[in-house]
Amino acid sequence: MCGIVGIYLKSKKFEKSLGGMLSKMLVSMESRGPDSAGFAIYNSDKNKIYKYSICLNEMSLEKFKKEIKKKLKFTSIEKNSDHIILKSIEKPNKILPILESFVKISLVGYGKSIEIFKQVGSPSNVVKKFNLDNFSGTHAIGHTRMATESAITTNGSHPYSTGEDECLVHNGSLSNHNNLRRILKKNGSKFNSENDTEVAAGYISDSLKNRNLKQTLKKGLSELDGFYTFIAGTHSGFAVLRDEIACKPAVIAETKDYVAICSEFQAMAHMPNVNNAKIFEPNPGIVYSWGK
Amino acid sequence: MNLDLKKLKLRSVNEKLQSIDRKTKSRKFTISNPEGNHAICAGLTENIKVTIKGHVGYYCAGMNQNANIIVDGNVGTGVAENMMSGKVHVKGNASQSAGATAHGGTLIVDGDTSSRCGISMKGIDIIVKGSVGHMSAFMAQSGNLVVFGNAGEALGDSLYETNIYVKGKVKSLGADCEEKKMDKKHKSKLKELLKKAGSNIKPDQFKRYGSARKLYNFNIDNVSNY
Repeated sequence: MCGIVGIYLKSKKFEKSLGGMLSKMLVSMESRGPDSAGFAIYNSDKNKIYKYSICLNEMSLEKFKKEIKKKLKFTSIEKNSDHIILKSIEKPNKILPILESFVKISLVGYGKSIEIFKQVGSPSNVVKKFNLDNFSGTHAIGHTRMATESAITTNGSHPYSTGEDECLVHNGSLSNHNNLRRILKKNGSKFNSENDTEVAAGYISDSLKNRNLKQTLKKGLSELDGFYTFIAGTHSGFAVLRDEIACKPAVIAETKDYVAICSEFQAMAHMPNVNNAKIFEPNPGIVYSWGK
Repeated sequence: MNLDLKKLKLRSVNEKLQSIDRKTKSRKFTISNPEGNHAICAGLTENIKVTIKGHVGYYCAGMNQNANIIVDGNVGTGVAENMMSGKVHVKGNASQSAGATAHGGTLIVDGDTSSRCGISMKGIDIIVKGSVGHMSAFMAQSGNLVVFGNAGEALGDSLYETNIYVKGKVKSLGADCEEKKMDKKHKSKLKELLKKAGSNIKPDQFKRYGSARKLYNFNIDNVSNY
């Protein structure tokens, strides 16, 4: 099972209510994924500050602050439940090794516009815990997980982010992820779980070095073996891809103000003016993308 | 009688429609605010008319017997799955596995259906005014599938005795499916089906596809097809 949702705003009209709309989507996808939930929300900050989304796990905020101060300069730390957003002008290649030295914490994502929050528990609890209703932004992606191939942990939750402002949610299962993980590790990719989707995210990040998102996903059709509906996010938008067998569902609604994608229509039934939207199912093996 | 799913629980709406007996006089219903809920109008057994105003979720009108169900919107996976009799009319598009395993009755879709339309159908008549997705009529056993538009890849893969009529293009035929001659009896049956769907298109514009009957029994020459 698993439920995937996404909203891309074409106009500024709904930017302030983005979190509220995504929150309703995630809660209505609880039946597809009761084990954990997560979301990535993009806010086009045009300044040079990087945001590092971190789950502290059992580490206390005070202890983390005390230790991180010794190692790097940061602008601010915003706490949201057991996650923090660490803001710094320092570039990822400098910060990531420092954060890796904290063994207890999990870096769940980083970039100039992305913020990621994910945790075990029912989607309704997760969205409440992180106050998703209060978030605004330009586009957002979410996931409710019914765990199959790996454990129910924060690191086993989606979205997976393996590159700057990149993220991936997945409904389905991959059968060649172990082999692919070995190949990607050899090329320098790092993984934090046994999860198949993390491998797909790593594959996309690796491929994006040489091609754009659309080309990457097209190439993935022959190299990612399994069942999937993917939503892959970048700083400017997102793309959707279903495998060629297309067992895993997806429905898209498009109006002049937004594009919404969900595993099932019921998750978008609350969206403004949805009954007059252009509603369609993405065709198998075809990449659909919004944003640059 | 109007049943508003914003006010009533889905289970109580379905229970009401399922428990209608022959003496009940009121036999026309509308359901408003379906909001993509699943299994709306599943398991109806009486000759009643239900109009659903809006988009619905999975397995709408599943196992239907006798009822006439109209959906003024799109439907999710498995509309009219395992239908026995009656009629289901979808005015929008249908998702995958429309009319799956259905034994009888008529399913009309004004828009397109996605993959596996009529999978393992066992006697239902399915009329799609748009196009159907890949693997449609997979292992279809009996009944008729009529498609006004195009058919996706592997149409009629491993099919038995279902007749498939397609007016548009077929991307590819599945294993053991072949184009067949249109006899008089096929033309008159197709004419009857088109009439049911309120269409005056001439049967001559369709091509008929059916089973080559080569996979019925094990044959070493066909080993690559099994």
